[in-house]
Amino acid sequence: MSEDTRKKLNRREFFSYLSVAWVTFTAAAAGLLGMAFRFSYPNVNFEPEMDFIAGRVGDYEEGVDERWKNGYGVWMVKEEGKLFALSNICTHLGCVPTWMPAELKFKCPCHGSGYYTNGINFEGPAPRPLERYKITLTPEGTIKVDKTKIYRYEKGQWDHPDSFLSV
Amino acid sequence: MKEFINYLADPIRSFPITCILFYFMIRYYKVVGTKKFAWIGGALLVATYGIFALDPNFWLIITWPDNVPISILVFSVAFLTWYSLYKCAENDKRLEAGECPIEALPENREKVWCWPNLVYTELFAIIAGTVFLIGWGILFDAPLEEPANPTWAPNPAKAPWYFLGLQEMLVYFDPWMAGVVLPGLIVVGLIAIPYIDTNPKGNGYFTFAERKMAITAFLFGWLVLWLYLIIVGTFLRGPNWTFYGPFEFWDFHKVVAEYNVNLSEFFWVFGLEMSLPKNLIVRELPGIILTILYLIIPVVIAKWDKCKEMIEKVGYIRYYIYMYLVIIMATLPLKMFLRWLFSLKYIIALPEWELNL
Repeated sequence: MSEDTRKKLNRREFFSYLSVAWVTFTAAAAGLLGMAFRFSYPNVNFEPEMDFIAGRVGDYEEGVDERWKNGYGVWMVKEEGKLFALSNICTHLGCVPTWMPAELKFKCPCHGSGYYTNGINFEGPAPRPLERYKITLTPEGTIKVDKTKIYRYEKGQWDHPDSFLSV
Repeated sequence: MKEFINYLADPIRSFPITCILFYFMIRYYKVVGTKKFAWIGGALLVATYGIFALDPNFWLIITWPDNVPISILVFSVAFLTWYSLYKCAENDKRLEAGECPIEALPENREKVWCWPNLVYTELFAIIAGTVFLIGWGILFDAPLEEPANPTWAPNPAKAPWYFLGLQEMLVYFDPWMAGVVLPGLIVVGLIAIPYIDTNPKGNGYFTFAERKMAITAFLFGWLVLWLYLIIVGTFLRGPNWTFYGPFEFWDFHKVVAEYNVNLSEFFWVFGLEMSLPKNLIVRELPGIILTILYLIIPVVIAKWDKCKEMIEKVGYIRYYIYMYLVIIMATLPLKMFLRWLFSLKYIIALPEWELNL
């Protein structure tokens, strides 16, 4: 350090430089952290939407309908004058059961849990029935399935008016 | 004949058979631990495997890349179990005759240097292991499947082979029990062994006669409750996790009559012929009482002579930790038998609280 610079830089100036440096450093670090945080969220989300329009009531025949299973993970089941949206997640350990049309049951490939078409568990280790999703009619007359709201049989929620459509 | 083997292989029959074979192995370990037995038993095992492999369905199972390690496991575990029993039998004969174990002979007490003796051996083991893995990688291609889809699962959906025993356990238990509590206790129990077992006998030499209970308990858990379940999970579980005999075609539509019932239903509906009580605790009371009765077994049998002897030797804390680990291990075969004999699903079933035993 030369003789002039030592004269130029007095105590007050030193602290102002220090503050500027610290503020810059903190801002840069915070920006970097923020970018790292942002990076942990994907740019494009391939997960299915949590709610969707599932056609009209007339589209469904008696029994289990698999058309929304691959896209949204929902079976539409129509039986005994009710139409409901059944979750396709096994209540034992979260595998995806298979619909077996010949045997009229859902069967889980992981540990062999079996469910009737209405979602009630009857074989294997599943401790409780499949969950049902909220299902409502829009003003246009189409069906709306909302997967954020679930109805569980063992809690007596299957009588809730939003858990099925009367057809 | 094939039909008969398929019939025997069903866990309902093959599990008791395995237990009986295990009992005979332990009871007559001096016969098992001879070289003559090894040659005859080994030849029989290879011959059986060879005859089994002639069947196209069994051939499909054993040549599936994921299942090849199981075949290696069957042979290597059979050999290693025999080898340890052979060493035990030899030493026990010497101990009976009043001699010292083979490991304590003067020529076996000689010491060698870690470097180079041990390090060289390790180096060769590393090279051999690498060669084996490269050979494996060339022989078997890793499957390249379609992108993951959260709304679809392969059928059967199988865990890696070393977890198949756990997956088989999950068939009989709630995920919390078989997925978290039991594996946790297995790990904790294995860690606890040196602290519970302070008996210095058997340290540094093979013996069975001096460590009957310890070796039997460990081998039962390892061979019957872990390896047997892995073999069942790999070879005998097909689509929908249904049981298939070793020579049976994996028919997707095989129908198995299975209807599982909780203990509460047995008690209230079939026993007392009334509907299930509304109150959860009242509904599950029979199961809760049974569980409590089961859990106080170690306290009750502490009065027995054998247990008193053990308490005197190791103290109360070690006795209770050991006993509780053993009775929790025993819940697995117990629950399996209850499922097979009575189609019992859960002893306590409180899905409202996510709690099932």
